[in-house]
Amino acid sequence: MEGCAACVEGALKAGCNFFAGYPISPSTEIMNMMARRMPKSGGVFVQMEDEIASIAAVIGASWAGAKAMSATSGPGLTLMLENLGYAFATETPLVLVDVQRCGPSTGQATRPGQGDVMQARFGSSGDYETIALAPWSVQEMYEMTARAFNLAERYRLPVFLMTDELVTHLHEVVNLDVPVEIVERAKPHGQPPFGDPKTNAMTPMPCFGTGEKLLVTGSTHDEWGYRRTTDPEVQRKLVERITEKVTKDREALAEVEEHNTDDAETILVSFGFSARSSYAAMRMAREQGHKVGLARLKTLWPFPQGAIRCIGERAKRLMVVEMNTGMVQREVERFAPCPVCGVHKVEGEPISPAEILKALGSFAV
Amino acid sequence: MGIPDVKKYIRQETMPTPFCRGCGHGILLHAVLIAIDELGMDFKNMLFVSGIGCAAWIPSPHFAADTLHTTHGRPIAYATGAKLFNPKLDVVVISGDGDILSIGGNHLIHAARRNMDIKVIMANNRVYGMTGGQLASTTPHGGITATTPEGNPERDFDACRLVLACGAGYAARHSVAEPRKLIGIIKKALQYKGFAFVEAMTTCPTHYGRMNKMPVPYEMIEELKRISTPGTRAQVMAGAAPEGKIYVGEFV
Repeated sequence: MEGCAACVEGALKAGCNFFAGYPISPSTEIMNMMARRMPKSGGVFVQMEDEIASIAAVIGASWAGAKAMSATSGPGLTLMLENLGYAFATETPLVLVDVQRCGPSTGQATRPGQGDVMQARFGSSGDYETIALAPWSVQEMYEMTARAFNLAERYRLPVFLMTDELVTHLHEVVNLDVPVEIVERAKPHGQPPFGDPKTNAMTPMPCFGTGEKLLVTGSTHDEWGYRRTTDPEVQRKLVERITEKVTKDREALAEVEEHNTDDAETILVSFGFSARSSYAAMRMAREQGHKVGLARLKTLWPFPQGAIRCIGERAKRLMVVEMNTGMVQREVERFAPCPVCGVHKVEGEPISPAEILKALGSFAV
Repeated sequence: MGIPDVKKYIRQETMPTPFCRGCGHGILLHAVLIAIDELGMDFKNMLFVSGIGCAAWIPSPHFAADTLHTTHGRPIAYATGAKLFNPKLDVVVISGDGDILSIGGNHLIHAARRNMDIKVIMANNRVYGMTGGQLASTTPHGGITATTPEGNPERDFDACRLVLACGAGYAARHSVAEPRKLIGIIKKALQYKGFAFVEAMTTCPTHYGRMNKMPVPYEMIEELKRISTPGTRAQVMAGAAPEGKIYVGEFV
């Protein structure tokens, strides 16, 4: 199965019942497949007039009770940023697949990149936290898409699936029979939708059309949704609630898969397709007797700072491998107690194991 | 016919409204609720979607119903998503001319083209009121605004003409100077099966009025009466309104 098809399967398995999108390479296949599959599984599909309308429709549908998603690439994500900020501020669950391509701007539409790492985290105005997952295989396109929906429901926010052109177009064997958890929405009655008045903890997601008389607004609002645009305490509580609901579970959310890190002197840090090349390079290096390990980031945000600190204490150096000019490297540098370097490539081509081995060769390990 | 008591549709704790003295939006707010009441619609089943601007505050937070106050220009797109997922909802967009026609123009065009079963009520006060009276696409040629201090050099826009050209089955326009007629077209729009558009000409005495020699609210109401002239669909489509006049009526 192709990565894009596995993504669709994972979404449907998790109960996705609304897709609104706009064509953009290299994500379009996901939308095309959703156009065929969504109506058959009882959901709603619509191609909107642009990306802004797509994400707006996803948010509207989510408040009407849908498990809603869209799929796009870098430039499309840029267009969606304002309304994504709205979704963060209103605590709207949704899933957004970003099939990253080579940028900036129009760039190389059909070639891979990993340059949206920071855009996913900081693209919209103001302060918020997000969850971003990074699949490296077709199996993970299936499982992580389903996981994205569950996280969106559990934490009431947009969850990004940060894939790239390569993983999306890989053909690999997939096991669709793995057990997949499905988190359902509470749709409570009579509860404040935007935070517990005493504890400021996140409250369950309600639904239009159930007699709740919901007040949903992107303006700063209190627990019932009333605009409070001159109250510093309400403003502080809103930002605190939407950030702490994620940061309190930072370590549990930030998944890292380690390979051969126990005795490694150099640990590669990578994600997505670049981690595939890193894995191959690690094995080749080990065959040559070099103590190389790999920490594969399955979660980009919240950033796995705890794991980076740990491996940074064990290793002599960390080498971040990514198809951008050092976005994840910046985060690694913030937390690693050891020296950090990188293998960067922004050429619309994957980083090869040979290129990684060459970079490793400059260290006498 | 008497005026129905619409208090039950309003969140009393949000009263009085924040609208300026003499703002026409209060009349539109009341007209919408009277229309809903006279039709006997189920308020619990309604979803009001609005963008950013003074008119967007008509339903949010005043209406005691599900309200979705979105980003600037996008209520029609949000409304489309909600309606497609739950077609049982009666979805009504209430927002201003800047929101619906300028930044949101693309979404208006496509909702009309798609014949989306949502109702759009556009409050047109011919200016960007909330931010201090800047030029709108509906500001008359020559109008003084915060960004056209020497007079608007641009032509303006007939929203009903645009919407009809996109294939809308119902488009109508009246002003807050004639509330009963406005209520009438709102009722027709609410009952229409498919995309329906109501343009409510309204007043901003605080900004547009003051800058254009009509600082007294009643002068703007009188002006609306003066410039309104009954027109047909064909006349609206031809864009042939006499100088300084606006066609009103149902353009079906």
